[in-house]
Amino acid sequence: MGRGDDHILLGLIDIRKVFSRRTIDEVTALDGINLDVYEQDFVTIIGSNGAGKSTLLNVIAGIYPPERGGKVCVADQDITNMPEYKHAAYAGRVYQNPSEGTAAKLTIEENMAMALLRGQSRGLRAAINKRRRELFRSALSPLGLGLEDRLSAYAATLSGGQRQSLALVMATISKPAILLLDEHIATLDPRTAETVLELTDMIVKRERMTTIMVTHNMDIALRYGNRLIMMHQGKILVNMGEEEKKKLTIADLVAAFERAAGEEFKDDSIMLSQR
Amino acid sequence: MIQSILLSSISEGLLFGFVTIGVYITFRVLAFPDLTVDGSFVTGGSVAAVMIATGHNPFLATVAALIAGLIAGTITAALNTAFRINALLSGILMMVGLYSVNLRVMHGANIPLIRSITIFESVAHFCSIRRSSVLIIYTLVVLAAMFFLALNWFLRTEVGLALRASGDNEQMVRGLGSDTNKNVVLGCAISNGLVALAGSLVAQSQGFCDVNMGIGMIVMGLAAVIIGEGVLHPRGIAKILFACFVGTFLYRLFITIALRLGLAPGDLKLITATLVVIVLAVPYVKKRLRGEWVPPAARM
Repeated sequence: MGRGDDHILLGLIDIRKVFSRRTIDEVTALDGINLDVYEQDFVTIIGSNGAGKSTLLNVIAGIYPPERGGKVCVADQDITNMPEYKHAAYAGRVYQNPSEGTAAKLTIEENMAMALLRGQSRGLRAAINKRRRELFRSALSPLGLGLEDRLSAYAATLSGGQRQSLALVMATISKPAILLLDEHIATLDPRTAETVLELTDMIVKRERMTTIMVTHNMDIALRYGNRLIMMHQGKILVNMGEEEKKKLTIADLVAAFERAAGEEFKDDSIMLSQR
Repeated sequence: MIQSILLSSISEGLLFGFVTIGVYITFRVLAFPDLTVDGSFVTGGSVAAVMIATGHNPFLATVAALIAGLIAGTITAALNTAFRINALLSGILMMVGLYSVNLRVMHGANIPLIRSITIFESVAHFCSIRRSSVLIIYTLVVLAAMFFLALNWFLRTEVGLALRASGDNEQMVRGLGSDTNKNVVLGCAISNGLVALAGSLVAQSQGFCDVNMGIGMIVMGLAAVIIGEGVLHPRGIAKILFACFVGTFLYRLFITIALRLGLAPGDLKLITATLVVIVLAVPYVKKRLRGEWVPPAARM
């Protein structure tokens, strides 16, 4: 199924997540997710609010572990119970809000230096030196935003689109096994969103990153990636491979959802945007 | 008279400048409102005073004070990171607890150092001159320069950068593979180490250590940070560290002038409070007068 060799890179086995267990607020956010992601797959995940998309990304990123019995494996290594900061070696993430993925009071180059050492031990060498600065410039210049000439500007002075582009480069510069995109264009204006999306596609293709992208937008879910997953109430309803996805239209997607969920698809009620 | 005011303000600016840098590291860099300071300042003073009074090498005593501060800061941060106790409360608990520890260390409320060999006597002896206020300033300048250079280097290293980033965007730092809990422990340790160092130097320069000499240290540190930032608008680590010393100097200068003008020592707290209000309010009022937009009041 993957674009590269058929090697399972990320394996999710029986992932469940229940919040506020045994209280009146109990919510089953993930209800037995099984998913194999192959090397160089670009999976788009779509689903309504509360479908469990973000919870799933949080489990992969190690923010909290799944319920007992669930397993998260990356490259045949069980990382289920590793602390969050150790997950960073395997997964880079771009958050929904640009301010989440960058540190406002650090300069662009300081942000980049933090990202460069993902998964490595940090020592008493200078965080920024000439060679690294060159590396940052060459990583930022393909964005075409001029950030490479503003390395000593604070991240706080950047616009949302610039900050999100910086976050994207930060998530990918040290080449983690998986790139997690958590509705990373949701807060940007349509034109900027399109630019950031194109940059994402460029970087993913160039670095051959295995990618999981969560989105509310069916059109984007169809246009990007080689696989599509639709989630609903903590379960995977639709899991389509490359061939199926190519022929897919929004109408098909709606129909597939209705079939699988067994309820009438109400656009406004499940908050998926078609445009 | 002006000269004596300046001399005493410079030497106090250098002495308490270490406290200010400590407060800067916790409050501004880590965003960890650490109130341990009032206690760890005295811990530094009492550890050094006890050792010096019992005839130990004053430099060794000063290093021991610094280490005592490192330990105090580590415990405060551990209360927060390991047991999830609120940061403010962790500091308060440590401050209260350290009061008893300090009394135990000193076997009382006060240790005089008048006839003991402090680092200042040591330096004077080494240079074959008598202890004077100028000699104290030179000694402190050397010490301040050493720590300035060390911190200026450390905060730019990979570890130092991760520490700075932890107070800015903790989620991002964990997401990039750095253990923010460790960073907070390290930052609090360094902060209180500096504060305890200041305590030991203050005890040695004034010739005694008193269990109550830490009261109001946190307020002084915050005031000095705010004054330094307000006056110099520093950008970059070296300038920020420098601003901490300048802020402390100005703070002590105002206090000294106020005392010389005939105000009672009891009035000092009110002067400090007024000073901080002025430094914080003036930029806001100026902006309002220019018709600039100012964001709503922050509560944390």
